[in-house]
Amino acid sequence: MAADLANNLAFKELQKYDPEAIEDARAFRDEVTLYIRPAHLIRACEFLRDEPGLKFSFLADVTALDLYPQEPRFEVVYHLLSIETAERLRLNIRVSGQNPRANTAVPVWPSANAFEREVFDLFGIVFEGHPFLQRLLLPEDWEGHPLRKDYPTEGYR
Amino acid sequence: MPVTLERIPGKAERVILSMGPQHPSTHGVLRLVLELEGETVVRSLYDIGYLHTGFEKSFESMTYSQGITLTDRIDYLAPLSNNLGFCLATEKLLDLEIPPRAQWIRVLLTELTRIQSHLVWLGTHAIDIGAMSVFLYCFREREDILHIFEAVSGQRMMTSYFRIGGLALEPPLGWLKHVEKFVKMFPERIDEYEALLTKNPIWLRRTQGVGYISGEDAIAYGLSGPSLRGSGVDWDIRKKQPYSNYDKFDFKVATHPAGDVYARYLVRIEEMRQSLRIVQQAMEGLPDGPVKANAPHIVMPERESMKTSIEALIYHFKIVTEGFHPPVGEVYQAIESPRGELGFYMVSDGSPKPFRCHVRAPSFANLQALPKLIEGRLIADVVACIGTIDIVLGEVDR
Repeated sequence: MAADLANNLAFKELQKYDPEAIEDARAFRDEVTLYIRPAHLIRACEFLRDEPGLKFSFLADVTALDLYPQEPRFEVVYHLLSIETAERLRLNIRVSGQNPRANTAVPVWPSANAFEREVFDLFGIVFEGHPFLQRLLLPEDWEGHPLRKDYPTEGYR
Repeated sequence: MPVTLERIPGKAERVILSMGPQHPSTHGVLRLVLELEGETVVRSLYDIGYLHTGFEKSFESMTYSQGITLTDRIDYLAPLSNNLGFCLATEKLLDLEIPPRAQWIRVLLTELTRIQSHLVWLGTHAIDIGAMSVFLYCFREREDILHIFEAVSGQRMMTSYFRIGGLALEPPLGWLKHVEKFVKMFPERIDEYEALLTKNPIWLRRTQGVGYISGEDAIAYGLSGPSLRGSGVDWDIRKKQPYSNYDKFDFKVATHPAGDVYARYLVRIEEMRQSLRIVQQAMEGLPDGPVKANAPHIVMPERESMKTSIEALIYHFKIVTEGFHPPVGEVYQAIESPRGELGFYMVSDGSPKPFRCHVRAPSFANLQALPKLIEGRLIADVVACIGTIDIVLGEVDR
């Protein structure tokens, strides 16, 4: 596994392909995190999925972080896996707290469908272009998004 | 209004049927909405969340050590795999090396967990399709494994036996005798299940060609574990991204190219045999030494030393009242659970409680492929298809 950024193939190739896409990059405990500009996300994902030598064909997970009260408040986190090269990669995008929106990754990986619905349900981030964006785990008439940091954990809601 | 399918105008002969959440073959509280034309499923939709418990929110208000008890309850058929995933993720965050004896015991017990989980799967899957007796045989052997778990941890199911930095305590004397007995007895028991099913014409008719998914689609829909390997994709995290010293064990990854219910059945049967080989190797090569890492600020001290050493008492007090402070950062640790890729995404802000702990549950992802498996097939095949992806609703809903 690539320990640092300078030797990370995905980082270098993506940098070459779309120099604007990467906002920031980090390596921690042998794991690489690329911060992608939201507008470039889908292009970057398609590139990472299809490029020979990378082939991140398996979307392992989509989740989010709430950095309340920071702004931009949310981060959407994508965990990619390449079955060919046995490499993992994490993509983060920053999403504003007012009217949080992101582009859907369902056209790239069909498996994003349920993951994004879960993020919508528990964080309230809207994925534009998602084929069926409804609450998944909570009832449809539930108020609020429980995994947000300002959601009360005790007492009356 | 619960989730439902919209009727298509002009298709009056179609019936919309709600299957579950109280249905014996849905393995818990899964609800399916099926649009039927005669007995053929035309469209389908799944509705989950009946067992949503908010584990991920609960993790945020518990220290890392306390979180372990929650992980048992996520996938209640493979508690030790969940313990392992959580501990490995936290250990990665802490950059903590754990002693070989603890690692070997962890491997041994998680492989027994895999066998145990596959036994429940095989029993319930067979009973869904109509083979009653297999269920009784499977639960007989499962009981033996649960006895081993009870011997080492004091609990049959909610073990919480793995701790951050090693194990909760050294297993009792003589526990390996039980394991040895099981290892000797089990191979012929697998032959027994196979004698009941593998060439059984009814079983073949109900499983072969049913619930087909190609390898490419399986990857695209996020299938993992035996369900992915049943479509011919050679992917096993134990081999490809080894954790807990799995690279030191000799085992084969079972795959089958057919991609149907029968192929996934054969893969899981073979996995039980391979797991048994790992258990045997772990038992024979079990090293001596401590079962806890030498990290006094993280690992609880021995009870005895607390009575004689002031440092041990102070550390105990600090761990219990406050917890430990991992460095700021984020890690993702995936393990091969009986159902597939079980990932823990852990984010630390330097405080003693996780800032965020997300569980990538294999059942949750595998369930997405279900509509693909059942659409265009008969309603009786739906039952076989739910069984074959081996979901646990505790894990789907978390």
